Amino acid sequence: MKLELKNLYDDFRDAKTIKAYAKLIDEESKKLKKPINIMEVCGGHTHTIMKFGLPQLMPQNIKFIHGPGCPVCIMPKHRIDHAYTLAMQEDVILVTLGDMIKVPGSLGSLQDARAKGADVRFVYSPMECIKISTENKDKKVIFFAIGFETTTPMTAALVDVVIKKDIKNIFFHINHVTVPEVMVELINSRDEHVDSYNNQIDAFLGPSHVSVISGSKIYDKFPKKYNRPVVVTGFEPVDMMEGILMIVKQFTQNRCENEIQYNRVVSHEGNLTAQKLINKYFDKVSLFKWRGLGNVPDSGLKLKDNYNFLDAEIIYKDVLPQEEIEDHKLCICGDILRGMAHPNECTIFGTACKPNSPVGSCMVSSEGACAAYYKYGNLA
Amino acid sequence: MGNGGEENNELITKIFYKYFKNDILEKSEDAAVLNIDGKIAMSTDSFTVSPLFFSGADIGKLAICGTCNDLSMMGAKPLYLTVGVIIEEGFPTRDLEKIVKSMKKELELNEAIIVSGDTKVMPKGTIDKIIINTTGIGQIQQDGISSNSITQDDVIIVSRDIGAHGATIFCEREGIELSSDLKSDCASLYPIVQELINNNIKITALRDATRGGVAAVLNEWAKQSNICIEVDEDSIPVSTEVFGICEMLGFEATALANEGTFCLAISKNDTPKALNILKKFNKNASIVAKVTNKYNQKVILNSSYGTQRFMDIPTGELLPRIC
Repeated sequence: MKLELKNLYDDFRDAKTIKAYAKLIDEESKKLKKPINIMEVCGGHTHTIMKFGLPQLMPQNIKFIHGPGCPVCIMPKHRIDHAYTLAMQEDVILVTLGDMIKVPGSLGSLQDARAKGADVRFVYSPMECIKISTENKDKKVIFFAIGFETTTPMTAALVDVVIKKDIKNIFFHINHVTVPEVMVELINSRDEHVDSYNNQIDAFLGPSHVSVISGSKIYDKFPKKYNRPVVVTGFEPVDMMEGILMIVKQFTQNRCENEIQYNRVVSHEGNLTAQKLINKYFDKVSLFKWRGLGNVPDSGLKLKDNYNFLDAEIIYKDVLPQEEIEDHKLCICGDILRGMAHPNECTIFGTACKPNSPVGSCMVSSEGACAAYYKYGNLA
Repeated sequence: MGNGGEENNELITKIFYKYFKNDILEKSEDAAVLNIDGKIAMSTDSFTVSPLFFSGADIGKLAICGTCNDLSMMGAKPLYLTVGVIIEEGFPTRDLEKIVKSMKKELELNEAIIVSGDTKVMPKGTIDKIIINTTGIGQIQQDGISSNSITQDDVIIVSRDIGAHGATIFCEREGIELSSDLKSDCASLYPIVQELINNNIKITALRDATRGGVAAVLNEWAKQSNICIEVDEDSIPVSTEVFGICEMLGFEATALANEGTFCLAISKNDTPKALNILKKFNKNASIVAKVTNKYNQKVILNSSYGTQRFMDIPTGELLPRIC
């Protein structure tokens, strides 16, 4: 039998299996003592939820809270301004990943910079920087690194090559962030409007690809210390339905644990080689400002001090805008991310804030909650 | 070509005359004089693509198919085309000849001719290699085909598996090296339309799913005809290659461009017959949607496990998702 691509995903999108899980979740949910809100931390999960219309398969007492796990959405404006400023430098080629190109800072987006003649390129693998740097020896190639634990090892691998091969014209602007720290922030953060710690998150779906790298161990503290169950879950609809069922069962069986749904790949320890590489080149920054959430302790990474000579943030310190930019006053993204408000409760949703002219983080990329609401409208 | 002097212009002109040769063109008058009976359709389009040569076609084939297909989609037989070519100084003559050759081949398929042409050479760096404009006139074979008159009596069909052109161009442009049979669907559609008309199929509307893909066409139709189009997600024909690229990069096949794939709104009674004819040209032709009044002016995607979502209009540049 010839193995086709279809064979690899078919079972994970099988209509009968999805329906069967929907029925199981429905039956199990009847035993719930109170409604539960599940936060899918990752934008990829939000995408699956919206694309496959999973909320329509949920009983009344199970709701999703769309989390902050989209690296593009949470990028604060002043750091996008860094990218823009670097791109506009005379002899610089700015390289970054995908969606980053469209996100507007206060100076404009990278797309705008490109229209003004800047050399901005988007790549699938940071390793493509090497080819770009060889073809443009007289230019400085700056990799504007973004993403969670999933993309960090790729940046670390590029740093590794640059150092080992002594490549002189590749530099880094690091914006890597980490998942567990922001989850803690969401649980601990205070609702400024009512001055309480009343967030609505009852459980977390952990993104599987993050744990492929970091293991499921990064979530051990959530059931233990914060009384929130976590299930590390895959991205196909069948995976997600199973993950949701596992969470509901924890509640009905009075358990609070850190479980793995995606056990075909994820282990408790994760990819130790990748972790070692990350730890070799990166340190935690004490505060990273997240768009919509503000400063989150220990949630960002930076190059270790011995690699300052590769750090574009240091090399270009004099031209990069230093002042941080506050989020728009009317934007309620912070509340949406904490599960305390829905996008359509925002006064600027769909009026001043649209996918083509986003004000807040949740409208920025297709993975944000507001963009998803805007796109899928009243059917979602 | 050198610096755009007279000699070079002459060279270019020679290439065009050599391949587009016909009685009207050879008269070299200031304008072509044409004899056409009955209603005519007219359309113009300019073509720029990177890379110029790609798996399945090139900019020349694209320039002829594009305009001829627009005429075909109005039920018109393409007859006469004009061509304007703007070339960057230094563009290799060999490449130009290759492009013109594939234009000639595609013209023959459509039984259409070039009756007037123009070339300009621009200084190096002022344009990106080559831009081709074609304008075409066609004779209406079936009157009344319109995107404004689709009703609940119609069924929506796509003529083949979708997204091949968009996926091909994206991969070649971004240097994604895949070993696959993926190639652009770029093709002339008139032969298919002619067969439908000859068999007296009642065609309500036709539109080729170029930029914005099938999603754009269906959304335009829903708005223009004030209807709701309900798509059965599983029935949309997508090749394994295109599906794989979409999964890898986070694209929707329905948003990818096509250059030889079209949507049809056909009266329910004629659907089996129309589908038979379409399948002769491509076995993947399928009924994909029905027309309702559930949410007028919207396109709904129905999944096989009972969920629904709107199929939105693709905007801007295609960008992959990060994670």
